[in-house]
Amino acid sequence: MKTATLNTDTSTLSENGIQYPSKVMLDLHNLKKVYPTPKGDYVVLEDLNLQIMKEEFVTIIGHSGCGKTTMLSMIAGLNPISGGNIAVLGNPVKGPGPDRGVIFQAPSLMPWMTALENVMLGVNQVFPHASKKERKDIAKYYLHKVGLDGSFDKKAIALSQGMQQRVGIARAFAIKPKVLLLDEPFGMLDSLTRGELQDILIEIWNKEKITAVMITHDVDEAIFLADRVVMMTSGPSAKIGDILNIDFERPRTRKSVLEHNDYYKYRKHLIEFLEH
Amino acid sequence: MKQSITLNKITQLMGFGFLKPITALFTGKPQKEDVVNFLKKIIVPLLSILLFLGVWQGGSTALFNKEANFKIEKALADQGQAAADEMKACIASGEISCQPNTLPSPSQVWASFKTLLEDHKVISADKLAFKEKTAAMNEKRVAAGKEPITYTGRPSFVDQIFTSLKTVFAGFLLALVIAVPIGVVIGLSTTLRSSFNWLIQIFKPVSPVVWLLLVFMIVKTLTKDSNSDSAFIISFISVGLCSMWATLVNTAMGVSSVDKDYINVAKVLKLGPMQKVFKVILPSSLPLIFTGLRITLSVAWMVLIAIELLAQSPGLGSFVWEEFQNGAIDSNSKIIVAMFIIGIIGFLLDRIMLTIQNMVSFNKNEGV
Repeated sequence: MKTATLNTDTSTLSENGIQYPSKVMLDLHNLKKVYPTPKGDYVVLEDLNLQIMKEEFVTIIGHSGCGKTTMLSMIAGLNPISGGNIAVLGNPVKGPGPDRGVIFQAPSLMPWMTALENVMLGVNQVFPHASKKERKDIAKYYLHKVGLDGSFDKKAIALSQGMQQRVGIARAFAIKPKVLLLDEPFGMLDSLTRGELQDILIEIWNKEKITAVMITHDVDEAIFLADRVVMMTSGPSAKIGDILNIDFERPRTRKSVLEHNDYYKYRKHLIEFLEH
Repeated sequence: MKQSITLNKITQLMGFGFLKPITALFTGKPQKEDVVNFLKKIIVPLLSILLFLGVWQGGSTALFNKEANFKIEKALADQGQAAADEMKACIASGEISCQPNTLPSPSQVWASFKTLLEDHKVISADKLAFKEKTAAMNEKRVAAGKEPITYTGRPSFVDQIFTSLKTVFAGFLLALVIAVPIGVVIGLSTTLRSSFNWLIQIFKPVSPVVWLLLVFMIVKTLTKDSNSDSAFIISFISVGLCSMWATLVNTAMGVSSVDKDYINVAKVLKLGPMQKVFKVILPSSLPLIFTGLRITLSVAWMVLIAIELLAQSPGLGSFVWEEFQNGAIDSNSKIIVAMFIIGIIGFLLDRIMLTIQNMVSFNKNEGV
């Protein structure tokens, strides 16, 4: 129960002589989101509390329209907070920034740029003092990691959906964010491509261990990728309904996960929550 | 095979997709559907041209007869039977002085077209001879600090075309330089957009004639003590002001409706305002900007003729007006020649813009 122990550990501790407030990377405290409508306020999220540890991969599952995406875009700083607060390493979030990389549901690549230029757009921004060659090497490294070796100079629009989302993954990792936010990144892909991209994502993640929060609709995806699966109740006033720790060894393979004794137990737990 | 693919791509890019059946016929083994396509896309349009010429011929013959009868009846009423017979014989003989003046037939227009080309050859030769004759003298004059002697003879029809093209491009460039930056600025800010909206809505529908008068008022005062070509300045500024609105509105719309995903990416990456505009907003609104520019160019070409006509500025517009005033026997057919030339040049300009638009746009759309 690795994550369970992490979960309770919020005390101050010292690493290499530097004071870290805790092992908490991302702290959502009493988070609230209200959309004003002509008929009065519509409360999307209320009293939402969640702490995500460093190097943790959390997936969030819940019914459509329950406010998952709202929560994620609030963490990204793209959507203002109505109440409560969000902190990254103790610093409250004020607007978007490259310390929180986002992989959107649609690949959101600039279609007039090549794959390399799309990744470079972020890299140039985050490493302005590196030489041009160094920056290019970073971008190329991540494109290589997502398996796009031959497609550096292809225009984004000439790439398939799956390939575009690979570039999206490369772009997000290449800016070395503290937190990676993934908004149903594989939702628009067919199941074969989805599996491929999950493998690619988890392979890079195993190396980089960037704290990740991912929204998904897919129960198997949630289990395969996560250390913890957070289940959200249906809106309005959605909050955290339940949290499931996934105790599979890392690095994991799809095969080992599927063959694990606990797999169906986890799966049943999630499906029961969703059908509830 | 590769060659034919690139050929197709080029024709596609230029919006000449209708040429595909021909290229298909000549680049590979013609298939049955190629032949059907050839019939559908080449033969039927050719038939439509023939039909057009037929209607034109019929119409002009009918008008000719009506005018001729009118002339004969008038002669009969005024001067009696003998004069009427004389008029009849005169018209039948093709004598120029008594021909009814009405809609010219296709063959008359074609003849006028050839006359205009001949005329151009004569004038060009004349110009060249003048240049050679005055070359030595002009050198001396320039050396002595005097203005060189320039050719002041009548411009040929082809010269008029180039003058018009020059004016329309100057006007188009002016529209581009004014409308695109303002469109971007207005598109970026909702406040500016709503505060300038009244101005756009009011001035967009103003007729070219009124713009011309406005420009005339201002330019006349500004160029009072200079000997610059004010007719040219007035006409190109008027063309620019008339035609820039489509670009302004489209640019503002393109900039304000950039895909939210791209804006979010720019926000997450914390791009600076300049980078945001040049790397994200402008490239993504290019297709709409070019749609605007394409409309601007075709509007510019359309209003140019009217403006030249009014501003006494040389070009196709004044050519048409002069021919109309002239009232010579082939004036009407020269006007029709000018009409076709104007139409064809307008079409070509539109195709050029479409080609550029397709080259810069990331989502390729077929030419309409």
